[in-house]
Amino acid sequence: MSWFKRKTKGITTTTEEKKDTPKGLWYKSPTGKIVDAEELEKNFYVSPEDGYHVRIGSHEYFEILFDDNNFKELDANLESKDPLKFVDTKKYPDRLKAAQEKTKLKDAVRAAVGKSKGKDLVIACMDFAFIGGSMGSVVGEKIARAADYSLKNNIPLLVISKSGGARMMEAALSLMQLAKTSVKLAQLAEAGIPYISLCTDPTTGGTTASFAMLGDINIAEPGALIGFAGPRIVRDTTGKELPEGFQTSEFLLEHGFLDFITPRKELKDKVNQYLDLILNQPLRA
Amino acid sequence: MEYLDFELPIKELEEQLQKCQVIGKESEVDVSGTCSQIEKKLIDAKTKIYKDLTAWQRVQLSRHPDRPYTLDHIRAICGESFLELHGDRSFKDDKAMIGGLGKIGDQSFMFIGQQKGYNTKTRQYRNFGMANPEGYRKALRLMKSAEKFGIPVVTLIDTPGAYPGLEAEERGQGEAIARNIFEMTRLKVPIITVIVGEGASGGALGIGVGDVVLMLENTWYSVISPESCSSILWHSWEYKEQAAEALKLTSADMKKQKLIDEIIKEPLGGAHRDREKTFKSVSNAIVRHYDVLKNLSAKDLVNQRMEKYANMGVFKG
Repeated sequence: MSWFKRKTKGITTTTEEKKDTPKGLWYKSPTGKIVDAEELEKNFYVSPEDGYHVRIGSHEYFEILFDDNNFKELDANLESKDPLKFVDTKKYPDRLKAAQEKTKLKDAVRAAVGKSKGKDLVIACMDFAFIGGSMGSVVGEKIARAADYSLKNNIPLLVISKSGGARMMEAALSLMQLAKTSVKLAQLAEAGIPYISLCTDPTTGGTTASFAMLGDINIAEPGALIGFAGPRIVRDTTGKELPEGFQTSEFLLEHGFLDFITPRKELKDKVNQYLDLILNQPLRA
Repeated sequence: MEYLDFELPIKELEEQLQKCQVIGKESEVDVSGTCSQIEKKLIDAKTKIYKDLTAWQRVQLSRHPDRPYTLDHIRAICGESFLELHGDRSFKDDKAMIGGLGKIGDQSFMFIGQQKGYNTKTRQYRNFGMANPEGYRKALRLMKSAEKFGIPVVTLIDTPGAYPGLEAEERGQGEAIARNIFEMTRLKVPIITVIVGEGASGGALGIGVGDVVLMLENTWYSVISPESCSSILWHSWEYKEQAAEALKLTSADMKKQKLIDEIIKEPLGGAHRDREKTFKSVSNAIVRHYDVLKNLSAKDLVNQRMEKYANMGVFKG
């Protein structure tokens, strides 16, 4: 006779009835720290234990930077075409469609104007989830138009880079977006309107070779990968082992290409502090 | 003369013709009929092969080892007047990016361009035409100097890309290129850009924001080389020919997209087949465009240039 007697049978739930843990309830950072998703969101999508800055998109950055998440989106309806009829292993229009369905975004950048700490700010923010944040005609045009809006209304511009570089499927047209965005930044510079470049993980290729490195200040989030050639290409070309921390924000700060690194939590304060200082305005609380 | 794979029928016929001529000279057999037959075949073969070159074949021609490089052009165009200038004033003199002053007729120009080597030793010395940040900064220094004295700028592009090296990254390759593009958009003197060989990506555009951009017929200009494009999109190096087609990187494609202004015709078979003729065509094109641009005020010039680049892009909505 046993001490305990099972009154009911063991597991009776059928496989179909079993419930999965809801997705996105937990987040695991690269160092293996587990964070509750809600807690992560409250902490500006930064893992509280190790400070890891999770990759986020325009949706989250707008929420972080605009007061009460109030903003007016600019040129939201611009979409890519397929001027070169580009085909690799997939057709470019199919890639675009898949990316749009997956991300619910029109392309790899969104621009908006709104109040940040009570003053107007134009933000163009790239979305890495959309074909690696690659820059084609739409990205170039939207950033150019965001700069135009800044110019016309005398509002500072912040561009948040998060991109693998120029979009191959638009080939030379993508390359010329480096020149196009630079034209607009030159016009902003002539007008004396501040332009801040925020480099986030990752900022490489054509973005680095244009607007990402052209800010009145260039700033970055901690631990972001920032470079012209990607680390794999550098390793393959030179045959050298890359030093620890190569092409991180900290590396760029040390080599003189960033003004400062700011944790995401302090981003809104730091951006506005700079603007008040450079525009010789009273500091906002 | 080196022959590319698709030129082998030409090589064969040229060798046959040579043999035939030798026989004619050394013996008493009359070979003039055979010779002229071969000559005719040769002309036909050349016309046929060079008429419809594929994108990849043009890429091959743009890299032909006998092709004239940047300094060859400048020395031929300016003769004794060319004075090379060195250094970026902060780090070193980049041998992959050359520059200096020279005359075409009575007019001084500031010439800037990437330089490749013609044998193993000089290729290494020139880093295969791949400039480091100091090369781009040297280019910018020379452009600003030209601007100060109202001297027009001519940039000659021939690069497989900006150098993707460890030290290049440390010294800010991206920033150096970005700065050049930015400053070139508002430079107050005319800028004439000629693609004379390879025009790869940011490394090319870093000296390529011209009022007019010209391409020699058998050159290429795009956001990435066909090989790298193949490696990234097809995950294999084998698709370079498809990639070359897909990228629409030839001079004709670039003209069609309105991303360049003019194609400079090359002699049949490529620039290296008649170097003097090529130099003359390049020189003539530079002068012709300068004669138009010199009439614009600095303000109009910059506005026109800015508008040109601001209008590039194809999208809907």
